Amino acid sequence: MTVGTNAFFLCQKVMFCFTDWPSGWCVAEFYPQGELQTKIGETKGMIKTIDVRKSFGSSLAVDQVSFEVKTGEVLGFLGPNGAGKSTTMRMITGFLPLSGGKIQIGDYDIEENPLEAKKLMGYLPENAPAYADMSVIAFLEFVAKIRGMKGVEAKEAVEKAIRTCHLEKVRMQIIDTLSKGYLHRVCFAQAILHDPPVLILDEPTDGLDPNQKHEMRELIKEMGKTKAIIVSTHILEEVEAICTRVIIIDQGKLVFNGTPAELLAKSPEAGQVVVRIQGHNAAEIREKLPEISDVAQVRIRQEGPAGVTAILSAKPEKAVQAGKVHKFLRDLNWDFDELHMENGRLDEVFRRITSLDSAGEVTK
Amino acid sequence: MNNAMTIAKRELASYFASPVAYVFLVIFLVLTGFFTFMMGNFFARNDASLLSFFVWHPWLYMLLVPAVGMRLWSEEQRMGTLELLFTMPITPAQAIWGKFIAGWIFLGVALLLTLPMVFTVYYLGEPDGGPMLTGYLGSFLMAGCYLAISGMTSALTRNQVISFITSVVICLLLVLAGYPPVTNILLKWGAPNALVEFAAGLSVVFHFESMQRGVLDIRDLIYFLSLIAFAIFTTGVVLKSKRS
Repeated sequence: MTVGTNAFFLCQKVMFCFTDWPSGWCVAEFYPQGELQTKIGETKGMIKTIDVRKSFGSSLAVDQVSFEVKTGEVLGFLGPNGAGKSTTMRMITGFLPLSGGKIQIGDYDIEENPLEAKKLMGYLPENAPAYADMSVIAFLEFVAKIRGMKGVEAKEAVEKAIRTCHLEKVRMQIIDTLSKGYLHRVCFAQAILHDPPVLILDEPTDGLDPNQKHEMRELIKEMGKTKAIIVSTHILEEVEAICTRVIIIDQGKLVFNGTPAELLAKSPEAGQVVVRIQGHNAAEIREKLPEISDVAQVRIRQEGPAGVTAILSAKPEKAVQAGKVHKFLRDLNWDFDELHMENGRLDEVFRRITSLDSAGEVTK
Repeated sequence: MNNAMTIAKRELASYFASPVAYVFLVIFLVLTGFFTFMMGNFFARNDASLLSFFVWHPWLYMLLVPAVGMRLWSEEQRMGTLELLFTMPITPAQAIWGKFIAGWIFLGVALLLTLPMVFTVYYLGEPDGGPMLTGYLGSFLMAGCYLAISGMTSALTRNQVISFITSVVICLLLVLAGYPPVTNILLKWGAPNALVEFAAGLSVVFHFESMQRGVLDIRDLIYFLSLIAFAIFTTGVVLKSKRS
């Protein structure tokens, strides 16, 4: 009996290998999944990566990366060059096989149900590749067909994508002759053609001029309301402009996962109060201002005819309140013409988070 | 199947979108004409058959088919469109077959354009139609083999020149394996008869020759089709292993 069932399963596996080769080959790569599956069951989201690993030979490009993106979220994917951003995106889109872990798109596992998972996704690869010898419209019609659209449906989808990406002027042009900005938009049009619930965009604003960048961001923001989107980028202002959540990876490891505000809060400057005072010198200010509650340190940034700019930083676990500073100065009857709280700077945080190793060496 | 056809159509259109297709067709037709009439002494043979036409095909294809197949996958890898293709909801097998079929159809078109040869023979004499038909079938299958092999080498590299040269060499080996100079060397080395026959049996020429004579042997068909299937399968393995 058992021998019989085993033989049956074996047959199924062999048949699977034949019908679905070469992707069927991954049948041989077995790893325990019981624990992972229960984890998936608990979370709900359109994109889920769980302990994803990718190694090329002996080097580990992506190491135990887990995150989740829900519908209505735009996830900013940050990291220095070579940190594993593109590799992770290529695994999510099913281009690269995983070395370990699991990725789910909607209800489908990208390795077990690649076709169903891929149907839910639109993908803009890095450098926006497209078939150079085709015209824009022929290329988009080809993609529509491959995406399973036919006749009127395909025509309408192509027209809509052309309108959305402002490609009307170049619709008959051969892709090879397009400028970089247009090429990028053609590839983006390809990604949104089938109105997918999941969008994976690898550096979508790369090579665009400032106007196009702005437009692309507005587009992503608008689409982010109804889709789950992952955007990788080098441009930090973009994260503040469009992302509802940020993850940072460095050397293949996830080092931050939170909202842009939380990321900003990690800046050493975040929460500092800046004040510019007239009629008093630096020494006076340094002596007097620490009396304000919760102020740990007073630094002078600038001294000039317009006044002395001082930066107040808080004691650990405390915050300097601008209102208290205001009241304190009023009580002293000091003149000041500037008082604000620093938001923190993203590039500062980014550098701190992603270059911990090199920073450590410097301090030694 | 549908997806494979969509990919085949795109690929075929891209052949004709560039000068490659036209250059290939012209050169193929000029060379077949030259070899048949000048080198093959078509008229002097005074024989109403296409033997002096088909006999050159293994050699012509050796140079020309890799020129068609070398771009199949190298180009996709160089341009980055492979990433686009393999993130679409299609299986790798559909993509590989689709591209292969496009190239094969193109080679079939080139072969069809030599039909005036058939009319010439019919005009000049009373040929036997059977060997011509099997000869064309054999030629088409052989072109398929060469194409599948050059598709395989093109999956190995993003450089079209390397892909071209590698597939020419492999095709050359397939042709030479059955020629007396090679089999004689094997015999001189004291190789057992069975081994010599096996080596000769690997040659495309060996199988193509019997089809030129009008013999339609199931073993020849199996040889050609299995060679194609093997090369296609290897292409799949190569493309998969390149990504992991």
